[in-house]
Amino acid sequence: MIHSLFLINSSGDIFLEKHWKSVVSRSVCDYFFEAQERATEAENVPPVIPTPHHYLLSVYRHKIFFVAVIQTEVPPLFVIEFLHRVVDTFQDYFGVCSEPVIKDNVVVVYEVLEEMLDNGFPLATESNILKELIKPPTILRTVVNTITGSTNVGDQLPTGQLSVVPWRRTGVKYTNNEAYFDVVEEIDAIIDKSGSTITAEIQGVIDACVKLTGMPDLTLSFMNPRLLDDVSFHPCVRFKRWESERILSFIPPDGNFRLLSYHVSAQNLVAIPVYVKHNISFRDSTSLGRFEITVGPKQTMGKTIEGVIVTSQMPKGVLNMSLSPSQGTHTFDPVTKMLSWDVGKINPQKLPSLKGTVSLQAGASRPDENPTINLQFKIQQLAISGLFTPHKPGLFWTLQGSWN
Amino acid sequence: MMLAIKEAASDMSPYVRKTAAHAIPKLYSLDSDQKDQLIEVIEKLLADKTTLVAGSVVMAFEEVCPERIDLIHKNYRKLCNLLIDVEEWGQVVIISMLTRYARTQFLSPTQNESLLEENPEKAFYGSEEDEAKGPGSEEAAAAALPTRKPYVMDPDHRLLLRNTKPLLQSRSAAVVMAVAQLYFHLAPKAEVGVIAKALVRLLRSHSEVQYVVLQNVATMSIKRRGMFEPYLKSFYIRSTDPTQIKILKLEVLTNLANETNIPTVLREFQTYIRSMDKDFVAATIQAIGRCATNIGRVRDTCLNGLVQLLSNRDELVVAESVVVIKKLLQMQPAQHGEIIKHLAKLTDNIQVPMARASILWLIGEYCEHVPRIAPDVLRKMAKSFTAEEDIVKLQVINLAAKLYLTNSKQTKLLTQYVLSLAKYDQNYDIRDRARFTRQLIVPSEQGGALSRHAKKLFLAPKPAPVLESSFKDRDHFQLGSLSHLLNAKATGYQELPDWPEEAPDPSVRNVEVPEWTKCSNREKRKEKEKPFYSDSEGESGPTESADSDPESESESDSKSSSESGSGESSSESDNEDQDEDEEKGRSSESEQSEEEGEKKKMKKRKKVPEGQREGSSSDEGSDSSSSSSESEMTSDTEEEQVEPASWRKKTPPSGKSAPAAKEISLLDLEDFTPPSVQPLSPPTVVSTSLAADLEGLTLTDSPLVPSLLSPVSGAGRQELLHRVAGEGLAVDYTFSRQPFSGDPHMVSVHIHFSNSSDTPIKGLHVGTPKLPAGISIQEFPEIESLSPGESTTAIMGINFCDSTQAANFQLCTQTRQFYVSIQPPVGELMAPVFMSENEFKKEQGKLTGMNEITEKLTLPDASRSDHVVVQKVTATANLGRVPCGTSDEYRFAGRTLTSGSLVLLTLDARPTGAAQLTVNSEKMVIGTMLVKDVVQALTQ
Repeated sequence: MIHSLFLINSSGDIFLEKHWKSVVSRSVCDYFFEAQERATEAENVPPVIPTPHHYLLSVYRHKIFFVAVIQTEVPPLFVIEFLHRVVDTFQDYFGVCSEPVIKDNVVVVYEVLEEMLDNGFPLATESNILKELIKPPTILRTVVNTITGSTNVGDQLPTGQLSVVPWRRTGVKYTNNEAYFDVVEEIDAIIDKSGSTITAEIQGVIDACVKLTGMPDLTLSFMNPRLLDDVSFHPCVRFKRWESERILSFIPPDGNFRLLSYHVSAQNLVAIPVYVKHNISFRDSTSLGRFEITVGPKQTMGKTIEGVIVTSQMPKGVLNMSLSPSQGTHTFDPVTKMLSWDVGKINPQKLPSLKGTVSLQAGASRPDENPTINLQFKIQQLAISGLFTPHKPGLFWTLQGSWN
Repeated sequence: MMLAIKEAASDMSPYVRKTAAHAIPKLYSLDSDQKDQLIEVIEKLLADKTTLVAGSVVMAFEEVCPERIDLIHKNYRKLCNLLIDVEEWGQVVIISMLTRYARTQFLSPTQNESLLEENPEKAFYGSEEDEAKGPGSEEAAAAALPTRKPYVMDPDHRLLLRNTKPLLQSRSAAVVMAVAQLYFHLAPKAEVGVIAKALVRLLRSHSEVQYVVLQNVATMSIKRRGMFEPYLKSFYIRSTDPTQIKILKLEVLTNLANETNIPTVLREFQTYIRSMDKDFVAATIQAIGRCATNIGRVRDTCLNGLVQLLSNRDELVVAESVVVIKKLLQMQPAQHGEIIKHLAKLTDNIQVPMARASILWLIGEYCEHVPRIAPDVLRKMAKSFTAEEDIVKLQVINLAAKLYLTNSKQTKLLTQYVLSLAKYDQNYDIRDRARFTRQLIVPSEQGGALSRHAKKLFLAPKPAPVLESSFKDRDHFQLGSLSHLLNAKATGYQELPDWPEEAPDPSVRNVEVPEWTKCSNREKRKEKEKPFYSDSEGESGPTESADSDPESESESDSKSSSESGSGESSSESDNEDQDEDEEKGRSSESEQSEEEGEKKKMKKRKKVPEGQREGSSSDEGSDSSSSSSESEMTSDTEEEQVEPASWRKKTPPSGKSAPAAKEISLLDLEDFTPPSVQPLSPPTVVSTSLAADLEGLTLTDSPLVPSLLSPVSGAGRQELLHRVAGEGLAVDYTFSRQPFSGDPHMVSVHIHFSNSSDTPIKGLHVGTPKLPAGISIQEFPEIESLSPGESTTAIMGINFCDSTQAANFQLCTQTRQFYVSIQPPVGELMAPVFMSENEFKKEQGKLTGMNEITEKLTLPDASRSDHVVVQKVTATANLGRVPCGTSDEYRFAGRTLTSGSLVLLTLDARPTGAAQLTVNSEKMVIGTMLVKDVVQALTQ
């Protein structure tokens, strides 16, 4: 299955390689670099690149390419899914997954990779089990290891590995038993220039942090499960139970995990809680244009809209922008032509706006298109789908959206 | 090495066996001569029943001997049933292996639909209709299948489809994709629709996942357009998508476009053209062209739109439009002289070679439509010939030749000039072409035969190009595979075999199969079980008659639960089977209870006086101080019991005829018996000696209690151990519905032993129970000896912990041990409580929302009368009736034994037979199972 893994940073250096079968020469990555060059942007590198003897499957996350080398037919999603799992595991171990962090913890990284794949076939991918096998690095442990010369490798076979609930280790003990569930809902909408919604859909995830003693068996039921149009579960959730009773019944993993993600059927139109007014005009005679954006709340059920960020990709002809926001900060990157405006909270009394002029390159023709605007925002304690109603303190709801 | 693997493969720990499976491909790659031996190990490991091993061994199978499909037969059903509990990576491997397996073993479910397929219109509407039905109606669709056509799906084929369906909700994209391809390749047309939603969900994942999924969706959408049509909007493009995703989405949108949705799709395309991503714009224009060719109605609209694009300021857009217009014009050139003229003007401005070449070709091809402009264009091109790109030069030669043939007067010189220029071109292709063209068109002395046909050669009518998806020919690769993605055979790719003409013998799979197997026929299952156990146990030989089954069944119970560690997933995975079994059990049981009902009535008439007597007798018997509280309690409850009964008698439901009223009052009495039982159970503080006393009291001293209660015993006798399996010892059990004297949380089970052998059986006792968590057993006192022909009864208590998990234990004699298991119907896990109508309503009000389970049913004629309903409900569940004001409503109440949670049951029966059953209980599981059981009992 998976032969080798190369980690390549954004400047094109292979800074880590790992082989599970025979060693595949680094030169295989040349094909990848070629494709990378052709693609101009990192996101556009094709995930699957065939070479004469190998196939390169890559994912791009945290500005690092994870390139897996395979030799024979494997379902590509199998490999891609695994690579994403590797990234998630690194994130879980080190907090962030970036080049310097991986370089700092290179020993642990190798140990983890060795456990995750056996002869190219995934072996232990559950973070709970991995953490029992290889302890995540802490400062204290690093010091102890340097002095005593011991390693992070656990000397016992994790008990979870043997049980029917491989995601949970046994013998968990907490003095305070607590479980937190964090519901995040996102609206994903495309709105055309006249302001009418083309598509809007609500997606949500329930992230859980469960710290319970022993082998707890939890059930979670919904006020209105019919709203859930499409769901996907963590393996711990019992499918049969959900199918028959619409109840989530599960033995949770220890710690943080994503319990389920769902999609709410968009039969009824989603009320989008914010609006954007924009006005961009160019005068033909000069190379200057006027630019104005206003953001305002709409149907927020009395909640404040926070964390508003407006980003817009300006046309290539734009040379620079001189803008003044009524609140928040803005930046314009003249190289990527990306305008971003961090608005913060929206005060309904005084709507935030961004005004100013756009200067175009001399001689460049007037851009014929309006730039698309992406808007991100958060509303705490509001669930747009109506699936949940906030009734317990300690739970909170976050809403995010983006559209253009 | 080989020895080590062999040894590890038979290790006790499943983890060791798993790693042994991992070692197999390693050894195989080192030394492929050992293949035969390795296959033996694989065969052995395939028979393993743990989820841990399944994924790894199938992986080894795929690497070492994918062609040995015969190894799978015996394990097919087991793999299907284990699948859901296997870890994600294993699931992917198993599913793709099973897809191949199914292709070789089952008949095509679509074979009879091929007729439909020939008529695309019809097929299209067919799939639309299926879509509307939705995933929920899958069973209905399957049921409708045989009526529509003679094809009947193999039950094993159905099993595979059913067991993989929940995996569409897996978090792992790879698993979802694997199931999707399985459905696409194996499911009947009507059922493929269920995968669309899951695939659309994957589009919200990482972009790499999107890329792979969209590739597959693109292929699927060509073949099964109806499937994705409802999700059209999910394929709309976002400005933040990477280009490759945008282009794939465009592909899907184009495939999905049809007469009805084309206006919205075209409007979307219009916005895409304004995008800043040029590659994407070009692809959009191509897509518009494809829509135009596929859907005749919008061809003119598209063409007009494309012509408008010709005035776009972006050269790339214009160039791409020209190329597409060229293709469109070829379909109906006559009407479009104007457009060609417009294009001809563009040659001055457009610099993109492909576009210039396209214009030149168009002018040349349709030069008779633009006789005045064409020579002028040639003049201009001749002027700039040397500066042109190769592809343009070739088209200039082409144009010149065509013009020379149609209009030689005006263009003779120009043509010769162009050909001379080309003769000395750097590119040999152009030199060759020029030489070839000159020989062909310029009449020479020899007067070659070909030159006479030059006009035919150059100006032959050319068929219009068909613009079709690049994904059209990909579906011969297995979806989701690397080969499909690359559209080329990858190393190690295994072709998906075609469906067989004739189904291979399905009985090859009929072997082992422990109790997970979903088998509609219980007899059939019994047959299957035996060889399996004879294999693994080596003792219950195949010579034994089918009678030995209860034993082997219970063995399998104990095994499955011990394997699953905590025991939770065993009941989980075989829930459905158990339900089936229970239903079976209940059907016989309800027959029996009908008979019992008659007896019951007879006995009930004596009940009230007896009850009074009991009160006094227990008062008398209470000598010791410790038991006085006990007896007080009993007498209290007696009063309680009598009081409501009399109250009830005073208010017979109005509007009933006299005999009916009498019957009701009798039935009421009957229903009041259980309440008297509950408080009789001693408090937990009671000492063991007292418990023993009480036991004696209830069982022997006062015969009234058994006589009161035994008629109500819910389930009929059930066999625990058959006399053949028990070597002469036959054991039955009944749920007596008496409180168990030792512990009020226990269900008391009467166990009837009879010895049919010719030797006395000695030392009957319960040995080392292996119990799931929470369940406990109070054993019966050892029976010292049971002489031949004699029978005896013992009582044991089992605390089922409010679950229907089976209690497994051993029944030991001096010489033998028998594994037995008792599984309670849900109705036996509760005890009746008495409450007034108001209390009932109050409690019911507290248990709403998710604690309330409602089911609609239709009562058959036979069970509409009051006493039948009441009797059926009480036979199914150990509940007490609650008085009720209205005549067509029935209420019952009880508490679960272990946790004491209330279980309230309401049946609202209309005279028409329609009825609604509501169960309110904190224990949702119990509630749901109870509803199922009661509905089952009532509708029979």
